[in-house]
Amino acid sequence: MKGNEVIAEAAIRCGCDGYFGYPITPQSEVMETLMLRKPWEETGMVVLQAESEVAAINMVYGAAACGKKVMTSSSSPGISLKQEGITYLAGAELPCLVVDVVRGGPGLGTIQPAQSDYFQATKGGGHGDYHLIVLAPASVQEMNDFVDLGFELAFKYRNPAMILSDGVIGQMMEKVELSPYKPRWTDEEIEKISGSWALRGKKNRKRNIVTSLELDSYGQEKFNLKLQAKYREIEAKEVRYEEIACEDADYVLVAYGSSARICQKTVKLAREQGIKLGLFRPITLYPFPTEAITKLAGRVKGMLSVEMSAGQMVYDVRLAVNGKVKVEHYGRLGGVIHAPEEVLEGFKSAFGL
Amino acid sequence: MTEEIIIAGFGGQGVLSMGKILAYSGIMQDQEVSWMPSYGPEMRGGTANVTVIISDERISSPVLHKFDTAIILNQQSLDKFEEGVKPGGTLLYDPNGITRPPMRKDINIYRIEGARLAAENGNPKIFNMIIMGGFLKVKPIVKVENVEKGLQKSLPERHHKLIPMNIDAIRIGMANVETENRL
Amino acid sequence: MSHIQDITKPEHLVYRKTPLLTDNIMHYCPGCTHGVVHKLVGEVIEELNIQDQAIGVSPVGCSVLAYNYLDIDWAQAAHGRAPAVATGISRLHPEKYVFTYQGDGDLASIGCAEIMHACSRGENIVVIFINNAIYGMTGGQMAPTTLLGQVTATTPYGRDPKLNGFPMKITELLAQLDGTCYVTRQSADTPGAVRKAKNAIKKAFQNTRLRKGTSFVEIVGTCNSGWKMTPVDANTWMRENMFPKYPLGDIKDI
Repeated sequence: MKGNEVIAEAAIRCGCDGYFGYPITPQSEVMETLMLRKPWEETGMVVLQAESEVAAINMVYGAAACGKKVMTSSSSPGISLKQEGITYLAGAELPCLVVDVVRGGPGLGTIQPAQSDYFQATKGGGHGDYHLIVLAPASVQEMNDFVDLGFELAFKYRNPAMILSDGVIGQMMEKVELSPYKPRWTDEEIEKISGSWALRGKKNRKRNIVTSLELDSYGQEKFNLKLQAKYREIEAKEVRYEEIACEDADYVLVAYGSSARICQKTVKLAREQGIKLGLFRPITLYPFPTEAITKLAGRVKGMLSVEMSAGQMVYDVRLAVNGKVKVEHYGRLGGVIHAPEEVLEGFKSAFGL
Repeated sequence: MTEEIIIAGFGGQGVLSMGKILAYSGIMQDQEVSWMPSYGPEMRGGTANVTVIISDERISSPVLHKFDTAIILNQQSLDKFEEGVKPGGTLLYDPNGITRPPMRKDINIYRIEGARLAAENGNPKIFNMIIMGGFLKVKPIVKVENVEKGLQKSLPERHHKLIPMNIDAIRIGMANVETENRL
Repeated sequence: MSHIQDITKPEHLVYRKTPLLTDNIMHYCPGCTHGVVHKLVGEVIEELNIQDQAIGVSPVGCSVLAYNYLDIDWAQAAHGRAPAVATGISRLHPEKYVFTYQGDGDLASIGCAEIMHACSRGENIVVIFINNAIYGMTGGQMAPTTLLGQVTATTPYGRDPKLNGFPMKITELLAQLDGTCYVTRQSADTPGAVRKAKNAIKKAFQNTRLRKGTSFVEIVGTCNSGWKMTPVDANTWMRENMFPKYPLGDIKDI
């Protein structure tokens, strides 16, 4: 199955209540697959094609305000349009899942794969001091696994979660083991999980209000401090990463998503040439695996951040390394995918090997 | 065993579906597979290509610049991918529409008249399966019975009646591949 | 001489504030139409006995804080997006009474696409639309419904169609869409008008029960602060200038 199709299938299987979307290449297969599968007949899941990305994310906002498991998906230009809704979701502390199958930018850009929206995904994206929980799948299997994980984290922290994928992982097919079916939450379960804030009709309790508005700036500061405390907790508890051939490595590539897959081959090619190269793959981009990279920096001679961008994650790598060793960036831009051999050449020239 | 293949031609030649059937056949014999298409405007009649990897191990990069085999179905694709074949690798092409044939001497080159054979059989739709037959003759990485199983898995039930015709096409391809350069 | 306790007996009660209205002091200016319409929505919800099934969506604009005044569950939406938010709620809670409460800038300007498409899909929701021909919250700028010649903070010499285009009759546009079942324009400037407006709001909520589609109730109102008039003058100005452009009455009822 294609990565995008797997997102749809995983949504149905994990007990998702609703999907609201708008077509954009290279992720249209998500909604197409859902419409073909007709989950409303099978699990009762709602699927709706909105008039715009702006409307889609606001439908998510409304449905998420009801304590339901809801999601949307889009690609870069569409995600830019969704930023308004995403900051409202973060500001109202609503859980939801946003899938971003990144393509080359800026502007309308290209429809080919890119990783140039790392800043947008990990540093907020919309206005205000907030973060999304960002998961970066590097395989079709992880496209499946991260749908459920994304919802789990979103509800655990009452915060929007994002799957930051790209055209490679979205469009490619490989073997995947789909998750078993989980039933959708019942009314009683939603009441237990989200009853204190979800809109379900005021009955025998105070009214629930979902809003991100606080006209008193001291009140808003207090709310922001609460958000920050939540982010510190997420940073302490939810970091995920993978180390490949790092034990004896002299140099390490740092890459996520499709670049991490490409870099696995680069590592192999380098080792065939006697270069001890390893790969560090952040799985959560927010929270970023800062501590693990700091530790690694003490053992290696240099790191190369490999991203299909002009170098965005490299800033986080440099912050983690904090000057201990040289950190460089390599990446093709605008929808061009770097090949394993190119990465190897880029690595060698960056470190004078 | 790892086989890294690029299949490239015009949109509408069945490039992507040939790749898909190959990948499914790999799954049928318990191998790891990846299928990575070029996508977008190419789908509407321009050039189309797909990278298929079949391996006994976990597949690393689904995107490649160097291939064990290139299956080439038009001139643009030949111009683009001939140099990407690893030394000692394989290039299979259909000479229909080719004005500048492959020139490398360090790779195995095979020719198959897929378009002509499909036309002679009165069914242009079996073109891609004839090509695949040619490929499987020179690189028998998947067994024909696994291709049949792969077709059963990948095609909707209502199209299953077409499977025997496709298997016949593979056999036509196997019988008609010609060697141009053999290392 | 009767004591106050003798007078305030339940059997003497001729009017009371609906318990749906909270005791929070409203932030609206004296003379503003919002307070009256809030009360009407509250009374209708009370009379239909749907307090536990009603979910409101407040806009950006003066009525952003509507959730402080009506004792039901509320979501506060981004500017113009209330119909999309209501769609999300209604699709996931098809049995609930979901309504948006929006002003002219929110609904007819920045939220034009959202209201058009919610109405076009025939979402089973109620839309309460307050048209006072001005942006109240931000300090009296031109709205899409601002009349030609009307002075606002951004049309200091009066709305000039060459510069600012024409006033938009969004309600008539929405009545053209197949998804709307009930489209009406009312006012709240006289006791009679208030009664009519309440009936319209009630009918709209009853349509939700019958799953008939989108019910749209426009209330032509005043913004005496933004118009820089006394409340009395504002009502007169509304009748003389707004009603000819935005005539009252049902536009569609099926």
